[in-house]
Amino acid sequence: MQNEIVISDIEREFIDLYRENRNMFEAKASAQVNKVRKSGIRDFERLGIPGKKNEDYKYTPLQPLFRNGYRKYLEPKKVEFNLAHVFRCDIPTLDTHLVLIVNGFFDKKNGELLRELPSGIIIGSLAAASHEYPELFEKHYGKYASHQDGLVALNSAFAQDGFFLYVPKGTIYKKFIQIVNLLVAKEDIMVQHRNLIIVDDNAQAGVIICDHALTPHSFLTNSVTEIYTAENTFFDYVKVQNEHNNAVQFSHIFVNQEANSNMTSNILTLHGGVVRNNVNVLLNGEGAENNSYGLYLVDQEQHVDNYTFIDHARPNCISNQLYKGVLDDSATGAFNGRILVRKDSQKTHAYQANNNILLTDEAKINSKPQLEIYADDVKCSHGATVGQLDDEALFYMRSRGIPEKEARLIMMSAFTHEIISNIKTDPLRTRINELVEKRLRGELSACDNCAVKCY
Amino acid sequence: MKSMLNIKDLRASIEGKEILKGINLEVREGEVHAIMGPNGSGKSTLASLVAGKNFADVTSGSITYLGKNLFDLNPEERSKAGIFLGFQYPIEIPGVTMVNFLKTAVNEHRKHKGLEPLSAKDFLKLLREKKDLVEIDSKLTSRSVNAGFSGGEKKKNEIFQMAMLEPKLAILDETDSGLDIDALKIVANGVNKLKRKDNATIIITHYQRLLDYIIPDFVHVLFDGRIVKSGGKELAFELEEKGYQWIKNQVNGN
Repeated sequence: MQNEIVISDIEREFIDLYRENRNMFEAKASAQVNKVRKSGIRDFERLGIPGKKNEDYKYTPLQPLFRNGYRKYLEPKKVEFNLAHVFRCDIPTLDTHLVLIVNGFFDKKNGELLRELPSGIIIGSLAAASHEYPELFEKHYGKYASHQDGLVALNSAFAQDGFFLYVPKGTIYKKFIQIVNLLVAKEDIMVQHRNLIIVDDNAQAGVIICDHALTPHSFLTNSVTEIYTAENTFFDYVKVQNEHNNAVQFSHIFVNQEANSNMTSNILTLHGGVVRNNVNVLLNGEGAENNSYGLYLVDQEQHVDNYTFIDHARPNCISNQLYKGVLDDSATGAFNGRILVRKDSQKTHAYQANNNILLTDEAKINSKPQLEIYADDVKCSHGATVGQLDDEALFYMRSRGIPEKEARLIMMSAFTHEIISNIKTDPLRTRINELVEKRLRGELSACDNCAVKCY
Repeated sequence: MKSMLNIKDLRASIEGKEILKGINLEVREGEVHAIMGPNGSGKSTLASLVAGKNFADVTSGSITYLGKNLFDLNPEERSKAGIFLGFQYPIEIPGVTMVNFLKTAVNEHRKHKGLEPLSAKDFLKLLREKKDLVEIDSKLTSRSVNAGFSGGEKKKNEIFQMAMLEPKLAILDETDSGLDIDALKIVANGVNKLKRKDNATIIITHYQRLLDYIIPDFVHVLFDGRIVKSGGKELAFELEEKGYQWIKNQVNGN
């Protein structure tokens, strides 16, 4: 019982904080954001933080993670950090279309609040965009993120800023747009940014999102990203999570795909204390294709939990999911992949695989596929594997003079290659490959934390 | 000639069952030895023990290689000291390209000898030279190690790796099994081309036919964990003619 009292205290604290600051929130935000905010707090009051009985969070108990007494910044705090220092590993091809989000708020250090690129792409602060483009927000903001999860409702209630990306009709943008989330503070903080991506008809674009924690404090991130891909679009979403052992991250992504849209997500968890990724995809038009990939490399006491939900709401759609993980030391992980094929969604192709390598007896993974199929003319498959490195292959390599440690590394990077090879743009793929290799070698340094190295 | 490998009274068991029951064998520089024997006689166990695979428990005896106790060296150290095992069943390693695999192996050998790693250009040059030497399909090196290779390609790939690593002592475990006559010739040619005055080869085989192309200096017959007969190359022909039953009868005193 004591446990429950503590939980409700945490929830009460959020609700009180909301009430105290509600006027400030509403004064600053646009109508649509406030509309979603109101339903957010209502739903949060009803749902609270998902508890022990919530099947979707079975392997990641949430309440203890909130007990840290995090400060919640309700407006951007001036933080002293040297941008040049952060990006000291800068590479010459640095794209100027870089968005910086510091502690959940858009940071102007790297440019004005909203920018229109020569290609017509609009990128910048979510807060600024919500005032500038009310019609886009009315149509899309809060329309895809479901408040069935109390954490999402909590984000809606407190949402103030984050990044906004609009790719206009017919725009083909081949470079990746880079978004860097930095956590930097002199105390333990919680941040809840909110992001919105709209890819209009016949457009093509990609984003790379890098998450970094620059100071050793405890951080809790609860972010929500809504992605709308209109008809005949291509969109790539790559996320590199490279924080530290004191960082907790809940990342909720909601994707709505219209007819003949093609979206690929790659979520690479390289470092973090507790990481939970929710990928929710609604295939809302015929001929849509979704590819969801994930790679998690965890060690020490780290925990990573990937949850996917692919909703085949229309016929003739394709979804592929591949999540792979290497777990070392006492690390733990979970994969929960749900596929729903609705009654009229004939000719659906839905595939899911989750492969894991456990390097120690203490490492643990729970893998749970959930297929709900209500149509009768579909092709679906799922598979999960948990194994160790192949001893025969290790001996084969050693018998050629390759030291055991190196042989293990070679095998692990071969295992991860399948995920990274899905990143279509080459300089980015090479960079990510290097980061993953370094991670596997245990050599990922502060320098590599610098996000701009990703591209 | 200098002694390379010296096996003395080697006994080994797998799960309590004695597989090797006192092996004695000496191999010197420049020699080619053939070890023949029926299935289950302990040929592969012997080869694996020399290469460092610890699936059998050595209960007594010793293996000395170039004056060193081989049991003190792990598999990678044995490789770098010049021992090469051509696998009977080469292992598939999906996702690891041949080029990456060989480059790592070659550079580990170079590091051991105090040499700088090869540049990409020099490595590719070496790769090309050795490919020509052993006549393997140049496309194989861009693929994953043995993954999806045919039986013949796998065996040729073993000889190719041997060419890249230039071992002092090569042990070819049933490298001829499953090969058609053309592939067999390619494998034999490779081995013959790589023969030098200061290296040695042990060919483990079930059949005599490989020995039509690689002429051994010594032939040993391994039967039930013991070398029961040793002789020159004529022993291989005799064995082919009379069959293993002849050996069995001799051993059993019939």
